Amino acid sequence: MPEADVRLDRVTKRFGSFTAVDDLSLEIPEGEFFSLLGPSGCGKTTTLRMIGGFEEVTSGAIYLGDQNVTDLPPFKRATNTVFQNYALFPHLSVFENIAFGLRRRKTALGEIRRQVAFMLELVELPGYEERRPNQLSGGQQQRVALARALVNNPRVLLLDEPLGALDLKLRKQMQVELKRIQSEIGITFIFVTHDQEEAMTMSDRIAVMRAGRIEQLGAPEELYERPTTEFVAGFLGVSNLLDGEVTERDGDMVSIRLTNGVLVQAPAAATNGAAKVRVGIRPEKLRVVPRGAEVTAGATETNVLEGTVLDASYIGVSTQYLVKTAEGHTLTVYAQNLTTSGASEVLSDGQDVRLSWNPQHTFVIDDAGRSDPEAPMEEARTR
Amino acid sequence: MPGWLRHHKGVVPYLFLLPGGLWLIVFFVVPLLTTASVALQEGSLASGYRLTFNFGIFPEAIGRWDTQLLRSLQYGLIVTVLAMLIGYPMAYTIAFRGGRYKNILLLLVILPFFTSFIIRTISWKFILADQGFLLGTLKEIGLLDQGFRLLATPVAVISGITYNFLPFVVLPLYVALERIDPRLIEAATDLYASRFQAFLRVTLPLSISGVFAASLLSFIPAVGDYLNAELLGSRNETMIGNVIQRLFLVNRDYPEAAALSLILMVGILVSIFFYIRLLRGQELTV
Repeated sequence: MPEADVRLDRVTKRFGSFTAVDDLSLEIPEGEFFSLLGPSGCGKTTTLRMIGGFEEVTSGAIYLGDQNVTDLPPFKRATNTVFQNYALFPHLSVFENIAFGLRRRKTALGEIRRQVAFMLELVELPGYEERRPNQLSGGQQQRVALARALVNNPRVLLLDEPLGALDLKLRKQMQVELKRIQSEIGITFIFVTHDQEEAMTMSDRIAVMRAGRIEQLGAPEELYERPTTEFVAGFLGVSNLLDGEVTERDGDMVSIRLTNGVLVQAPAAATNGAAKVRVGIRPEKLRVVPRGAEVTAGATETNVLEGTVLDASYIGVSTQYLVKTAEGHTLTVYAQNLTTSGASEVLSDGQDVRLSWNPQHTFVIDDAGRSDPEAPMEEARTR
Repeated sequence: MPGWLRHHKGVVPYLFLLPGGLWLIVFFVVPLLTTASVALQEGSLASGYRLTFNFGIFPEAIGRWDTQLLRSLQYGLIVTVLAMLIGYPMAYTIAFRGGRYKNILLLLVILPFFTSFIIRTISWKFILADQGFLLGTLKEIGLLDQGFRLLATPVAVISGITYNFLPFVVLPLYVALERIDPRLIEAATDLYASRFQAFLRVTLPLSISGVFAASLLSFIPAVGDYLNAELLGSRNETMIGNVIQRLFLVNRDYPEAAALSLILMVGILVSIFFYIRLLRGQELTV
C-alpha cells in the first residue's frame, strides 16, 4: 500500500465539554481529491483546521507523509489553505496577495514575478496583478485565494467551503475548474463542504461526517448506491426506507419480508447478517406504471410494490411522484420524462400504480446504521 | 416629512449637517477669528486695544517662549509613543481575546472618565508625593534613596498626561482592530509568516487608521495640556499651555496669549502633516 499523504491517528478535539471531533482516524493517499462532507457542527471544518494547524488537537496525531506535524504551527506545515470567504489581504494588491507566501520564504523577486504570473494564468486571471481584492467579484476573489495558496506548492491543499459564497452558476463552473486544476497539478486536495452534490461532483472519495465521527467513507457512487446508515442515505440524496426482516439467504441474494408481507430481494453484499433491517431504494430506481398496464420492459425489476399516487409534480427533466402504499408508507419516485411530451401524460393523483425495481438497486441498512428519532433534532441543535 | 421636503430630498443631508455646522461656526470659527484679531492688536487693559496688524508679535512670542513650545511638542511626542506602547497591546487583547468580557473591559478603560480630570490628576500628586504611599514605602524598605523624587520632574508630568489620555488611544485602536477578520491573521500564518510577521504585515497595516486617530487624539490634547504640568511639575516642566493660561488670566497680555495659541495650532498642524506623510510611506511598503 502506498504511504498516505495525510494521516490522522485517533484525533480528538474538545471545546470545553463539547467534543467536536471524536477519535477520528483517516488516511488520504497522495493526489486524491478528498472531501469531508456533513451538516454544520459535524466537525468537518475543525478536522480541516487541525490539519492546517489552526486548531490544536486534544489527543491523537496528524502526519503529513511520515512527518508528525501535530505540534507544528501553520507556518511550519507543508499545507496551504483556501479559507471560507477567501480571507484575502484587503490592503495588498492581487500580486502581493499571491506573492505573500513566497516573500515570507525570501524568494527572489524575479522568481516571484514568474510564479505569480504562472498562477494568474492557471486561475485565468492574467492582468489582474494591480487590482485590490475589493475590486474583484466573488468568483475572482476565489481564484486569487486559490492562486495564493497553490503558488507555495503545498503538499496538501486545504479548502474550507471555498465555493459557499458563490451563486449557483458560478459554483458549478468553479467545481469543474477546481477539479481541472487539481488534476493538472496533481497534489492532494482536502475539501470541506456541506453540499453533497458539490462533494460528489469533484471527489475521488468522500467521508460523510456526523457528530465528530466519520459515518461512512467511500467513493461517491459507493456512498450513493450503498449507504450503510440512514444518515448517509438521507444526506446524499433522497431515499425510500422500508422496515423488514431477512428471511432467507440464497447465494448472492437475500430475501427480505417487509412489514406489509411483501417479499423483496436484495444483494447479499449489501447486508451484514443482521435479521432486522431497513430496505432502501433511491427514487430514480423505481419504475412507476398504472396498475394493470402491460409491463413491456423490466424483466429485471422483480421487486414490486403497489400503491396510489398522492401527488405528482412535473419539473421538466423528470416528474416527481409521492406514492402511498397500502400500508401507509409514502415513497418518492422520480420518473424521467423520456416519452412524455408534456404534463398531459403524467399520472394523475389518485391513480393506482405499480412500483418495481431491480433487486440489485436495493440497499440494506441494519440496526446499527439506524438513526434514533432524536438524532435529526440533535443535528439541528448544533447548527 | 413636510410636503416641500419630499420634493427636495437632496436638501436633507445639508439639514442634518446644519446644527453641527452652526455650532462649529459659533464656537470654533468665530473664536478662532477673534483670537487671530486679538493677536494682531496692541494696547493694554487700561488704554484699550487697537488692531494694528502687529505681525511682529509672532516671532517675538516664539523667541520668548521657544523652550516651552519645544518642550510641549517633545512631551506630546513622548506621551503619544508611550500611550501607543501601552494602549496597543491593551486594545489588541480586548479586540481579539476579550470574548464575552469585551464590553466590561472597555468600560474599565473609560472608567477613569467617571471622575473629573482635576481630581484624577490631584490623586496622582498624592501617589507620587515624596513621602507618599508609593515612594514612601519604597524608601522605607530601602529600595530608593531618601532624596529621590518624582513630583516636579518630567517623568511625573509625562506619566500624568499619558495616563489621562490613554483611553483616547485605546478606543480608536480597539475599533480598528476589532474590524480585522481573525482569518486574515490565520491566512498570514498559513502563508509562512510567523506570528510576529503576521502582526507586522497584516494586523498593523490594517489597524493603521486606528493608530492615526489614536495618535492625533493623544498628541493634540497632550501638547496643549497645562493641568499636569501645573499639578505634577515645577517651573522646569512648564508647558506652552501653562504660559498661555498665565498670560491670559494673570498677566492679561491678551495679544501675546492669542499669538501663542495660534503658533501652537500651526505647530500641531505641521507635525500632523509630517506624520501623515510618514504613515502613507509605511502603508505602501510590503
